[in-house]
Amino acid sequence: MYDINGLTKRYGNVVAADGVSFRADEGEAIGLLGPNGAGKTTTVSMIAGLLRPDAGEVLIAGRPLCGDTDPIKREIGLVTQDIALVADLSALDNLLFFAALYDLDRPTARRAAADALDLVGLADRARHKVRTFSGGMKRRLNLAAALLHDPRILLLDEPIVGVDPQSRNAIFDNLETLKRRGKTLLYTTHYMEEAERLCDRVVIIDHGKVIADDTLQGLYRLLPASNLLSIELEDREGRVDLEQLRALPPVKTVEFANGALRIGVSDLAAATPFVLQWLVDHGHRYRHAVTERADLETVFLSLTGRTLRDR
Amino acid sequence: MTRAFIALVSKDLKLFFTDRRAVVLSLVAPIAIGSFFGYIFNGDGDRTEIGRVQVLVVDEDRSPISQDLVAQLKADAALEVTLATPVEAREAVRRAQAAVAVELPPRFGADAAGAFFGGRARKKAEVRLLYDPSRATEASMVQGILVGHVMQSVSKEMFTGPTGRAAIGDALTQLERDTTMRPDERGALQDLLRGAGRWNDTSRAAGSGGAGGGLTIPFDVKKEAMTSRRGVPYNGYAHSFAGMGVQFVLFMAIEMGLGLLLQQRDGLWRRLRAAPLSRGVLLGARSVSTALQSLFILFFMFLFARVVFGVRVDGSLAGFIGIAVAFSLMTASFGLLIAGLGRTPEGTRALSIVATLVLVMLGGAWVPTFVFPQWLQKLTVVVPTRWAVDGLDATTWRGLGFSSVAWPIVFLLGTAMICGSLAVARFRWDAD
Repeated sequence: MYDINGLTKRYGNVVAADGVSFRADEGEAIGLLGPNGAGKTTTVSMIAGLLRPDAGEVLIAGRPLCGDTDPIKREIGLVTQDIALVADLSALDNLLFFAALYDLDRPTARRAAADALDLVGLADRARHKVRTFSGGMKRRLNLAAALLHDPRILLLDEPIVGVDPQSRNAIFDNLETLKRRGKTLLYTTHYMEEAERLCDRVVIIDHGKVIADDTLQGLYRLLPASNLLSIELEDREGRVDLEQLRALPPVKTVEFANGALRIGVSDLAAATPFVLQWLVDHGHRYRHAVTERADLETVFLSLTGRTLRDR
Repeated sequence: MTRAFIALVSKDLKLFFTDRRAVVLSLVAPIAIGSFFGYIFNGDGDRTEIGRVQVLVVDEDRSPISQDLVAQLKADAALEVTLATPVEAREAVRRAQAAVAVELPPRFGADAAGAFFGGRARKKAEVRLLYDPSRATEASMVQGILVGHVMQSVSKEMFTGPTGRAAIGDALTQLERDTTMRPDERGALQDLLRGAGRWNDTSRAAGSGGAGGGLTIPFDVKKEAMTSRRGVPYNGYAHSFAGMGVQFVLFMAIEMGLGLLLQQRDGLWRRLRAAPLSRGVLLGARSVSTALQSLFILFFMFLFARVVFGVRVDGSLAGFIGIAVAFSLMTASFGLLIAGLGRTPEGTRALSIVATLVLVMLGGAWVPTFVFPQWLQKLTVVVPTRWAVDGLDATTWRGLGFSSVAWPIVFLLGTAMICGSLAVARFRWDAD
């Protein structure tokens, strides 16, 4: 559906995007994952035609995006990071206004607005001013405003920032519905849970460069272990022979810190009883044990040595 | 594209009229200030109290001449006369409680009478004029009025009063002793003085004052204000409403420009830019909506001025509308230029306010340009606000036709084009 080839954008000496390339097929949901300042918004801005790249090109359905008035922009719906609504207009008037920007005639615009309000669950608030909406409702309307012209591609630039969990779930339900309807989604976030829930494929970006581009399974394969077994020992000094533990067949990695073992394993079901029995056999008593699945945070940490949010 | 353009303009207008408090304030402020300036700059042209100069008069002479002079000054419509002591007069002028004080010293009447027929040899009477230097124009005006009244009072006394009789006798005695004058000239002058003496005797005997008004200024000034037509007085509100309208519409342009700069920071601008719309549509729609708001303010102000102060469009209505439309468009493009040249709203605000105030000041919006020095009047012909203010004046109280504002309209539209083009060229589109 779209191809991003070598997009580069510089601001003085700062390279915001450095040869960013990835592509998406129709109906595919791509997660653009990276910490704050990684270049996600700059990349989205170039794809949406808001920002002229210093190098590289954006192909929408095989056609390069050229200029402000390129009709191909009608294939794109942009959900901005900031709320992009007119606070003193009603929800319906906002949607009719945005529909007119895409040259929708009045009857078509009204139908599209009604559909979009239905989708995001705001039909009963159509006549209310946006100013009176909660943050979550504004976010939902912000999404609705990008759907009016029925774009095939939705660019979602951190669309649920600062939203309560209930509204976040509602928006995710909306996005999953849109995905089922065949929309191609590009979802930028620095929250791995969001990308994991929605995306078929994840592009990880850092310092303006793409450092990974794969399916979730493919990214997890980059990790030495797909699961973590955390065991808190009664003996916090822990005189565990880590080398011997590491040599056990199901164990991939071993760390010990603050009286707890973090053991990376591939097959959690097989490894857990095996490791616990080994500890008992070697005289180590444990308080409790928990298991964790390796996630994109772990992938990012593995690839960059930093966490996504600690920037 | 047309649908988008209309939607953008409609959205701006809807937002403008939705905020009723802002609408009321944007109308009340220029109307209030326009009314104030209109009042102090001679309002509807009929009021006289505005032109009356406060004058303190100190009469230390108390002679018939000085008393008659005081009475004449009191009767003058241009003056508001109060009697005072010398100390009071000086203090009052120093404290700006009066513009001018006139001191008539002892022997003022006698010296004036003696000098009237006594030629250059006689000591002239002296009048002291104390004035506030910040109001020198009023002092000059009082001096001119004083000359007329002194001539009238002194001559009246010369031809009808005892002081005049004595002065004539004194002059004849001096003439007898004068050996430098040729006999024929002396004889002619003696005849003149004796004739004046006989006239004085006759007038006193009749008790009428005879020609008793004394010498008067031998002409009357018939003033005619050159307004739209004969008999229609000047209406100062027409100019003040034009000036304040221009000023507040320019302020609206600043707000528009700063609004655009602020909008670049929020998501709405990104969404607008994501739509397949040209830059011309985005900025053009903003210009048109601002121009329409400006027109609304101008027309509402003049409607108010028409109803309350009787300001009329006595000249070309098409010219009036043309000036208003052209200035509104110029203003809108000026706002765009602010947004185009500005980097941040914070940094641009102060600069644009200064630029606007200079434009307003040089355009004659506060005070008419005819009070400017000549060189400044010539300089300000290149200031667009002056074309607007002069154009509105021309079509309202001056009552001139369309031809008088045709060039100003062209210049304003040309300025709008230049500002608009510069703004589009300099506007920072790649705001991320």
